Amino acid sequence: MPFEAIAPWRELWVYLSATPLFSLTITLAVYLVWEWVHRRAGLHPLLNPVAWSIATLGALLLGSGLPYPAYFAGAQFIHFLLGPATVALAIPIFHQRRRVAAHAKAVAVALLAGSVTAAGSAVALGAALGLDATMLRTLAPKSVTSPIAMAVSEQMGGIPALAAVFVIVTGILGALFGPLLFAAMRVRSSAAKGLALGVVAHGIGTARAMQIDPVAGAFAALGMGLNGVVTAVVLPWLG
Amino acid sequence: MLWGLTALLALQLAGEVVVRFFHWPVPGPVMGLVFALALLFPLGRVPKPVEDAGGTLLRHLSLLFVPAGVGVVAHWERLQQAWLVIGVVLLVSTLLGLAVSAWVFERLAGGEDAL
Repeated sequence: MPFEAIAPWRELWVYLSATPLFSLTITLAVYLVWEWVHRRAGLHPLLNPVAWSIATLGALLLGSGLPYPAYFAGAQFIHFLLGPATVALAIPIFHQRRRVAAHAKAVAVALLAGSVTAAGSAVALGAALGLDATMLRTLAPKSVTSPIAMAVSEQMGGIPALAAVFVIVTGILGALFGPLLFAAMRVRSSAAKGLALGVVAHGIGTARAMQIDPVAGAFAALGMGLNGVVTAVVLPWLG
Repeated sequence: MLWGLTALLALQLAGEVVVRFFHWPVPGPVMGLVFALALLFPLGRVPKPVEDAGGTLLRHLSLLFVPAGVGVVAHWERLQQAWLVIGVVLLVSTLLGLAVSAWVFERLAGGEDAL
């Protein structure tokens, strides 16, 4: 195409890529497409819409050269809703309060076991595979929600920005493979699936648990909140 | 709906204020969750507007992680040398954590919760 033909499109792209409208719209549109695909494929766990939306949008950013801060200027309107959504997790926990109270001991022990296993095995395996100390300190808090993980990794001498990346990747891996793992292990209890997803894969795991049923969602919200607190208090002492 | 959203935001705000004021190592929204439970227990039920607004947000909870997730792209270069090792470490530790947590819970909770 001759330059004169491209020029108006280039100008339009320069304008559009600088407005929040563009990244907000493509984020919603890409997510809706993957959600539709997920439903059409009978909710196949490997077609998780979060994972594929992130991959698609990431590829779009890399391909178009749109810098992440420019993208986030629009997408932050969606990101912002994570705050009130986290508060809203009180609702499923409250609805399941009797079941939660009945299993308080199981929740406490499974929380500690899952939390220690996820962080401990990451550090041990990472050390065995030759990662340096800074990287290990960055990996340790990967199972908790990103603001806590970033603060903890900083306190321990890790890299907060990278810790946030490991948190997201952990959440996606948990949401993708958790349900397959539970099926292979013949885990039948929704509460067990939910708690494990919340403890190990924080909010993304909790979002996945919500799709299983309300019981799984409530236990995931509980596991996520409790592991956040446990990790924030315990890990810096160990580091 | 609007009342519900305002209530959720107000609880988050209260959480942020308390956490910053006392320098607690907990994010504001998680503290807001604790405040929400502290109000719901004496109330004994979830007010309809809160149930509606909260339900709408939680139905689309996955979507809310997409913008932060795309941020992984921004750190692509930093991960390029070690991505395979880190990927293996994250995958193995996540699966181990999930397996141990779910197994321990089922053992202790017994069969009655096998819904």
